[in-house]
Amino acid sequence: MSDLNAFRHETRDWLEANCPPSMRESTQGGEDMCWGGRNFEFASEEQKQWMERMGAKGWTAPDWPAEYGGGGLDKAEHKILKEEMARINARPPLSSFGIWMIGPALLKFGSEALKQQHLPPIIRGEIRWCQGYSEPGAGSDLAGLQAKGEDMGDHFIANGQKVWTSYGDKADWMFCLLRTDPDAKKQMGISLVLFDMETPGVTPKPIKLISGSSPFCETFLDDVRVEKDQVVGDINHGWTIAKYLLTHEREMIGGMGMADVGSETMGQIAARALGVDQGRMNNPLLRAEVAKWEIDGACFALTAERVTDEVKSGHGVGATSAMLKYYGTELNKRRFETLLKVNGSDAMVWEGEASNQGWLPRTWLRTKGNSIEGGTSEVQLNVIAKNILGLG
Amino acid sequence: MALVLNEEQQMLKESAQGFLAEFAPLAELRAQRDAGSETGYADSLWGQMVDMGWAAILVPEAYGGLEFGHVGMGQIVEQTGRTLTASPLFATAVLGVTAIKGAGTEEQKTELLGAIAGGEITTALAVDENAHHAPAQISMTAVKQGQGYSLNGAKRFVVDGGTADKLIVAARTSGEAGDIKGISLFVVDATAAGIEVERVAATDGRNYANISFNQVEVAEAALLGEEGQGFKALSATLDAGNIYLSAEMLGMAQESFERTLQYLKERKQFGVLIGSFQALQHRAADWWSQIELCKSVVLKALQAMDESHKRVPALASIAKAKLAEVAELSTNEAIQMHGGIGMTDEYDIGFFIKRARPAQTLFGDNSYHTDRFAQLSGY
Repeated sequence: MSDLNAFRHETRDWLEANCPPSMRESTQGGEDMCWGGRNFEFASEEQKQWMERMGAKGWTAPDWPAEYGGGGLDKAEHKILKEEMARINARPPLSSFGIWMIGPALLKFGSEALKQQHLPPIIRGEIRWCQGYSEPGAGSDLAGLQAKGEDMGDHFIANGQKVWTSYGDKADWMFCLLRTDPDAKKQMGISLVLFDMETPGVTPKPIKLISGSSPFCETFLDDVRVEKDQVVGDINHGWTIAKYLLTHEREMIGGMGMADVGSETMGQIAARALGVDQGRMNNPLLRAEVAKWEIDGACFALTAERVTDEVKSGHGVGATSAMLKYYGTELNKRRFETLLKVNGSDAMVWEGEASNQGWLPRTWLRTKGNSIEGGTSEVQLNVIAKNILGLG
Repeated sequence: MALVLNEEQQMLKESAQGFLAEFAPLAELRAQRDAGSETGYADSLWGQMVDMGWAAILVPEAYGGLEFGHVGMGQIVEQTGRTLTASPLFATAVLGVTAIKGAGTEEQKTELLGAIAGGEITTALAVDENAHHAPAQISMTAVKQGQGYSLNGAKRFVVDGGTADKLIVAARTSGEAGDIKGISLFVVDATAAGIEVERVAATDGRNYANISFNQVEVAEAALLGEEGQGFKALSATLDAGNIYLSAEMLGMAQESFERTLQYLKERKQFGVLIGSFQALQHRAADWWSQIELCKSVVLKALQAMDESHKRVPALASIAKAKLAEVAELSTNEAIQMHGGIGMTDEYDIGFFIKRARPAQTLFGDNSYHTDRFAQLSGY
């Protein structure tokens, strides 16, 4: 216990000395997140400092092994770090698909050489990753993907088209699923490969969404050379790793159900917008809608907490990520539909003061994708029915 | 506190499962109903539960109880939802104990809690006066008379109202219907002169009664807590009641889900198992997800009571609103997915819907608690 106390004090002192003042202010959402990478435009010098200092200490990936540059913290220490960061309202130093997705896959399935090569730059925020999974003809039916990698001995030549590549135009490397054995059965014959986005033949093109933003790309692969030493796990056995990553992604997206929309609760926002008379919000039907959302929101947050506690105590069911993804994303969509009604015509304003430069309508539209990306709600229900309920 | 059961709570849950499977399975409810029972349980059942220590779980050790806590008791009540077991457990060991523990004098606690723990008395809580739960609207009066009070009024749909030895009655010593101030609690002998009990036969075959009080004279010592200040203890008792009703509905929801899931894996139509149809798979998967949410909120609410957390009232309303919604969903889906056989009395699934609705309604339904949650949240 005294060791942990000492750790807490060291951590507190270090954060106090190293977290710049502007990195202790709440973020406004997507715009001022730090993604790192070769070409990232930092919002400020302090944002850069914060990422670099935390990266050097390995605390951008606190629970990864120290031998690859990670923090090497155990669960208790990791918890203390989170608490001490929360105490000073420190922002996450780095948002990264490297840390969230490919890093954990490399730790679990990657060769020693791949770990040595890729994990340190991920931790330091030097390389930004994107995911090459979906294709125009392979969305929910991901295993039907057609982008192919032709075996050329020591390398593959990749051809095809990927779609919904998050920040593909800003990323430095891609982890990508290719069909490397055209004769094998559907799920067999797929490999997970890594390549630099600057490799000749890689062309990402941003896709404009209904929300007006372009966080995704379609990425064309024309005779792209992929080295065989950049295959994660065994050649033609990438589907297992792909599924592992999908589970990871589901958990990440599912958590968005309770993501903050600022410091106010839905009830407070609605009470302010609609007015309260004699203790009751004006508009009784909307009041009921808001209350029902908050009740479901509370039950969902408790469920996420319970699932985490069950895993910690060793009697988790494991397969609940599909449920969290399904319910969390549907809940988030519901929230924004209600927020739209609560704000009335102000919520329709695309540009201007009334909707914080369109933040509300644009975010509302963006939530429509929550129940599509990372496996649609219908796919999650299939997963629950098959894997948990045993319905064939 | 982590949202998981500890080892002792898990053991209690398993022991409750074993006990109920042996002495009070669903078949017993059917047998009781067919025999024309007015209570829905065998006379011997409560004595057995007392022997198991269940009457004493919420009673503090100082008054002869086990003081095992709400999470433990919640596991038992959840299991009674699976077997649809009626018993004095809810009205006596939960409501009676909570009210007396919360408002009683040292003397009352010593006398009554000890007697409950030992299985010597049962209690019933008489609150509502019309078909909709509205505790602040109480208009039954208790007028000071000599050294005691005279009670006049009528109570509706009192759980165990026909069998309990002691009635815990909410009556007004001052103010008017709608006022929170002026409500007082009394412990009254069910045999006192002027009390008339009319049994109510409800969908679930349990033991409800409408009770009228005509100049029922009680001593000053019958007052539970301070005169006119009873609403706080009454609210806390109702919060506990709603959390335990939620735990019971969680058991019902799970049991009706599991029985239906089993049916989806047995019943064939068009030459295949009906569980292979995606239309039913998706509904089953959504239903299962809803029940997962229910498990979390019930456990949290039980833990909050053990910690005397300030969020207990809000959590009671969140739990009751959610569980009432999901109990309704569960029992409706159970019948629909069973098809024609689900409509027959011969098949057990119909018992669940007939118990679920009174459990949803008692002490406030989904709409009542959604409204209450909004009020507690300041809107």
